[in-house]
Amino acid sequence: MAERGFQISRLPGFATVAIGAFVLLYLPILTLVVYSFNASNSVAVWGGFSLHWYADAWANEDVKAATVRSLVIGVSAAFLSTILATLAALGTTRRRAFKGQTLIYVVINQPLMVPEIVTAVALMIFFGIIKVATGYQGLGYLIAAHTAFCLPFAYLPIRARLESMDLALETAAADLYASPWQTFRRVTLPLLAPGIMAGAMLAFVISLDDVVITEFVKSGGQDTLPTYMLGQLRRSFTPEVNAISTMLLAVTVVLLTAFFLLTRKKD
Amino acid sequence: MSDTVTISARNVVKAFGQGAGQVRALDDVSVNIRQGEFFTLLGPSGCGKTTLLRLIAGFEMPTGGTILLDGADITTQPPNKRPVNTVFQSYALFPHLTVAQNIAFGLEMLGKPASEVKARTAAMLALVKLEAMAGRKTSQLSGGQQQRVALARALAPQPKVLLLDEPLSALDLKLRKEMQIELKRLQLETGITFIFVTHDQEEALTMSDRIAVMSAGKIQQVGSAKEIYIHPKNRFVASFIGETNFLHGKAEAGALRLGTGERVEVPGLAAGGEATVSVRPEQVRLVLPSDGLKATVGALVYFGTDTHCHLHLADGTEVVARLQSPATGEAGLAQGQAVGLRFAEGAVQRVED
Ligand SMILES: Nc1ncnc2c1ncn2[C@@H]1O[C@H](COP(=O)(O)OP(=O)(O)OP(=O)(O)O)[C@@H](O)[C@H]1O
Ligand SMILES: [Mg+2]
Repeated sequence: MAERGFQISRLPGFATVAIGAFVLLYLPILTLVVYSFNASNSVAVWGGFSLHWYADAWANEDVKAATVRSLVIGVSAAFLSTILATLAALGTTRRRAFKGQTLIYVVINQPLMVPEIVTAVALMIFFGIIKVATGYQGLGYLIAAHTAFCLPFAYLPIRARLESMDLALETAAADLYASPWQTFRRVTLPLLAPGIMAGAMLAFVISLDDVVITEFVKSGGQDTLPTYMLGQLRRSFTPEVNAISTMLLAVTVVLLTAFFLLTRKKD
Repeated sequence: MSDTVTISARNVVKAFGQGAGQVRALDDVSVNIRQGEFFTLLGPSGCGKTTLLRLIAGFEMPTGGTILLDGADITTQPPNKRPVNTVFQSYALFPHLTVAQNIAFGLEMLGKPASEVKARTAAMLALVKLEAMAGRKTSQLSGGQQQRVALARALAPQPKVLLLDEPLSALDLKLRKEMQIELKRLQLETGITFIFVTHDQEEALTMSDRIAVMSAGKIQQVGSAKEIYIHPKNRFVASFIGETNFLHGKAEAGALRLGTGERVEVPGLAAGGEATVSVRPEQVRLVLPSDGLKATVGALVYFGTDTHCHLHLADGTEVVARLQSPATGEAGLAQGQAVGLRFAEGAVQRVED
């Protein structure tokens, strides 16, 4: 071939820039992980290898409570947003195009576009009114808020999966005497399952990671892990925070790896 | 095969879209398909073959007209209520199920008892010679094997009618020939009515009991391969099935007066107006110039056993004659030579425009 298409990887200096970017991205994280095993009290001076910050974090009742809260909120929000996202994805791909479809698409993806701080303030005020009116102070507000901003993250992989699915499969099921429900149950849902799992995992990770909205919406004593850490940073800064961060990182990496494996194109 | 009608389409119209951009995929189609026959829909791309099949399967509703199955109106019945199964062009095998589970799907949806599902699935696997593959995922099969699974899956519930939309088009030539024989065998063994779609005229001619030739959303002619080949109804059918020569001229009693002033006998032709006739190339005979229509030899194209001889009448009309190769060699035909043309008895067929 006389002419090769434009390839960004063939530009001069590509390798240097790429390596630089990776170092910038991962060096701080690597430092954080390394210092979580620091024996000394300082986050800047290395005092030998130790696991005692992990032990401290593990023994800390506040950390435990925040972890449980994070998990409860994350699992609930992931579960609810995935169900809503599945229904929304089916509604926007498996029926005739209808007026207002674009609007629905925009509404579902709104959390991706509106600045998070705006949503946070709005939710704080809105839930504040409800708290006063009902007297309810529980985790429900956080779960509702997380469900809302997790929705687009659950929706996108599910929708992608539905759109890449061969429609002839559902037609074939109907041809072979399956009712619409049986077609959904026996063909659409099993084929959609990896997309649903991926959506749920992504939603969970997004919920686990949230600071801004949680900080605004939570009532007293409702710290999640990230907001607990934020509170710690304001006071004494110990490698315990590094240890918690490293554990969060590990969970996130595992889930995201699973996500990529699930959404990867087969063959 | 019997004379009982299984599928009957009556004045079926299917339009897509609205207003100026509207496409009439089917335009007043009426056809009766008999029980147990191998019926082929043949026509060029976009003529409405798939659309007709989808209407019979129930994947689409017609814009007008009715579809009957064994005399009962099924026009608005959903596909899962019709005893009709489809072999899809893309096979549409369920990728999350094994070969055996794919074949069992229809039977399970019909609520057949487990023992019957098992027995019929096994019988179907044997019928398409895939017993060894029962536990495999369909993605681990070759194209030909996937094709067989699609067939077995559609035949397992013993439908009254099997619809096949260009099922062989994805296969290479050798496999296609094998599957043609296989399909014919399955049809004879099961006695199920097959409605087969193809745009390959050779496939249609060799496999079908009857063929419907379609064009532009209309059925042009229905008949056996022989009927359609020998008595094509119009120009489209004559040229779509096999090759042919058209002669055009004034209609006289029992003959056609060509532009050259010469007469061609057309038995039964009534005088008045213009008419077109079709003559197949293998029905054209070369004789001495004094014994037939005067023509000069143009190009000679060698095809192995046959040679196509392009001839020109006095008014320039081209006629192709298919001659056995040794004959041309012995006769020593050469370009520019003057010859006479005669047509075999019964070879001249009047066709509509
Ligand atoms: N869903 C649809 N929407 C709009 N037009 C359609 C639709 N389905 C078919 N058509 C049109 O109807 C006509 C007939 O289509 P059909 O698929 O029946 O043709 P076909 O004979 O099966 O052709 P091929 O041999 O290419 O498969 C075409 O002009 C096609 O563009
Ligand atoms: Mg087609």
